Amino acid sequence: MLKAIHSLHKLAVAAGLVVVAAASLAAFAQKEEGPAKNWAPGSPELIEPEALAKALKGAHKPVVLYVGPQMIYQQSHVPGAEYIGATARPEGMEQLRKRAASLKHETPVVVYCGCCPWEHCPNIRPAYDELRKEGFSNVKVLYLAGTFGTSWANKGLPVEKGQ
Amino acid sequence: MRRIVILCAVILVIAALYWGLRPHKQAAVASLPARAADVTLTDLSGRQFKASDYRGKVLLVNFWAAWCTPCQEEIPQFTALQTRYGSQGLQIIGISVEDVESELRAFCRKKNVNYPVVPGDAKIADAFGGILGLPTTLLIGRDGRIYKKYAGATDFATLESDFLPLLKAPQQ
Repeated sequence: MLKAIHSLHKLAVAAGLVVVAAASLAAFAQKEEGPAKNWAPGSPELIEPEALAKALKGAHKPVVLYVGPQMIYQQSHVPGAEYIGATARPEGMEQLRKRAASLKHETPVVVYCGCCPWEHCPNIRPAYDELRKEGFSNVKVLYLAGTFGTSWANKGLPVEKGQ
Repeated sequence: MRRIVILCAVILVIAALYWGLRPHKQAAVASLPARAADVTLTDLSGRQFKASDYRGKVLLVNFWAAWCTPCQEEIPQFTALQTRYGSQGLQIIGISVEDVESELRAFCRKKNVNYPVVPGDAKIADAFGGILGLPTTLLIGRDGRIYKKYAGATDFATLESDFLPLLKAPQQ
């Protein structure tokens, strides 16, 4: 009997070790891009992809504005996101102003682009700055460390195609 | 002996559970097509062609934009690759995304781009399996198969080590 208990104890220890190893592997596999680091202190509040995906399932969805190139939007975009256009260009900025004019300033708004790696995106900061300048108090920027492909679609987060 | 069998069984069950329950992050990734759909491309000189016109060559199809800083930085390296390996059968095609044409022309002139540059659209991007960020480069073999997709800034050492064996493959 004692021998059987001893064997079971050994088995439990071995199984425990395997579980710990598996959990470590899982944690390592889930570790992806780091947090936003190039957004200056006091600048926009960021929202992570998973948080936005969750918010979009809720009752109080934010207005999501896409401020990047149309080609990417046509292939894939955040469900319900409205196409504005590249806000680094005057036409895109004009479109953003038009859309903003129809929204209340307290409306929760999320702007995103994902055209190219975060630190190189020419669109996201002008869009954020413009909305803040117009008086929007609840603007967030979707933090896509890589691109829309690598930091949203490839994570299996929901997408829509078209327009 | 019995204990060893039980232990192995426990490890196998746990391993199976781990693989079964872990997040499958690639599940939603659009799979890379075996070959690009044969859309007509029109370069800045107005010449129309298809990727299949280059069958027998190794193609690097680079989606980029003159407004995209990391893309700009790669252009001299693509130009150098075209110069160095063009005679061995390498052909680079640039697909520009939402550039103002005059700015694109000026950029290409300034950087002495020595390969065709095509203003792109969603149809062309779809033909190459979807492009959801810049820069993105595809490696296509002499047989027309898409071998690899490089999303994000290109690691040129890896790219070169990937295409060199394809260049050495016999022409079909």
